Amino acid sequence: MSPRVRVSLTVNGASRRVNVPPMKRLLDVLREDLGLTGSKEGCGEGECGACTVLLNGAAVNSCLVPAVHADGAKVVTVEGLARGGRLSALQRAFVELGGSQCGMCTPGMVVASAALLARCRGRVPSEPEVREALAGTLCRCTGYQKIVDAVRAAAGEGRGAAKPRARPVAPAGRRASSVRPRRRAAR
Amino acid sequence: MKAALSQLEVVRPRDLAHAVSLLHESAGAERLTPLAGGTDLFVYLNAGTLTDRRYLDLSPLSELRAIRPAKGGVRIGALATFDAIARHAACARWPMLPQAARVIGAAQIQNRATLGGNVANASPAGDSLPVLLAYDAVVHAASVRGEREIAFGKLYTGYRRLALEPDELIVAVTLPDRPGRARELFRKVGTRAAQSISKVVFAGALRVDRGGVVDHVRLAWGSVAPVTLRSSAAESALLGARPSPDAAAAVREALARDIAPIDDIRSDAAYRLAVAQAVLAQFLRLAHADFRAR
Repeated sequence: MSPRVRVSLTVNGASRRVNVPPMKRLLDVLREDLGLTGSKEGCGEGECGACTVLLNGAAVNSCLVPAVHADGAKVVTVEGLARGGRLSALQRAFVELGGSQCGMCTPGMVVASAALLARCRGRVPSEPEVREALAGTLCRCTGYQKIVDAVRAAAGEGRGAAKPRARPVAPAGRRASSVRPRRRAAR
Repeated sequence: MKAALSQLEVVRPRDLAHAVSLLHESAGAERLTPLAGGTDLFVYLNAGTLTDRRYLDLSPLSELRAIRPAKGGVRIGALATFDAIARHAACARWPMLPQAARVIGAAQIQNRATLGGNVANASPAGDSLPVLLAYDAVVHAASVRGEREIAFGKLYTGYRRLALEPDELIVAVTLPDRPGRARELFRKVGTRAAQSISKVVFAGALRVDRGGVVDHVRLAWGSVAPVTLRSSAAESALLGARPSPDAAAAVREALARDIAPIDDIRSDAAYRLAVAQAVLAQFLRLAHADFRAR
């Protein structure tokens, strides 16, 4: 029989209690026991950051955190950033400025960015600051510039500065620069 | 989840005395493996290369997180994270340590990875380790017999082998007061600034006395030998010498005898030697420029 421990934690503001093996990864507790599949597993070794969540306010790789270390902790996942179905300013900026492409890194990117903005307390972080804060979150589409732009725009918006002006995103297959437009299989 | 993880046991001590007694009891049988931030340990577990079954969770030992001034130096608890070290005012007088702390992994790693873990993991590529060598760090190990001090320079006896008893736990690292007016340089060379494991890592300190002669030198290296080491031939060539381009050439030659870089997935021996010599040359140029500017 595998050992189990009771872990009580606050996830996205709600008290949760799970009975799990003590070394079960926080990532798996979130996805399997709590049904929060927003956090992704990319590499499983702390390189890619797709599993980033906030543990007591600090960005961590949930694939490297044992369940016992979440006991008594406050955890925030990407599901906890929106309020009542309304996206946060940061999430809106990712949508409006094209900060998300395939989406695999997006939960980690948004959560790691939220940690940075919380630390900045309304100040707009410099571009190198954003890049450093997101250095542990890899985008396989290499869409970094738009991600950095989105984070800085969201910080500016939070401060009451001008809203980020969204560039219209062309529908797939109609981009002028696209040599070979990707098409979905027509059925 | 990986099947193996569900079989692992975790023991949570009440306090340090309880922790070392649990470690002592386990040393004869199935030894408990200390678990700190987990950033190395879970990589091995996820990859299946770590087969230990029982773990001693250090997280309840909050006293091991403290960073505080101690006898002209600073005592850093084994559970202090690199993020805490990078931000703590008490560490600022040893600037290479916060510098190294900011390039270990990335934010997610720095928020979890601990100094004690980096020391215990004993990777020759551990980025904080040359810094500890250059600052003459002392490691504090606790057991049921009490606490003892081990000079960091004597800690590693071979590749990933530590001069610790099986029931000893690293509880803190102390950096003694450092010589004033020393030029220091920390360099990490890897494929990118964040996340990459170093091809070469260097921490150096050098001071020139009023007579123009080098009276303090530490040249500490990672990723160029089976253990983190000081280049003793290069240090000897510098100590008592006057900084000059000629002296620098001799020191670079000596360095080649001190280190034993290898070919591996991250780099090769020839490149590592060339980089180490270039980093050393850069350091000596900086130190020489300081001296001439006086």
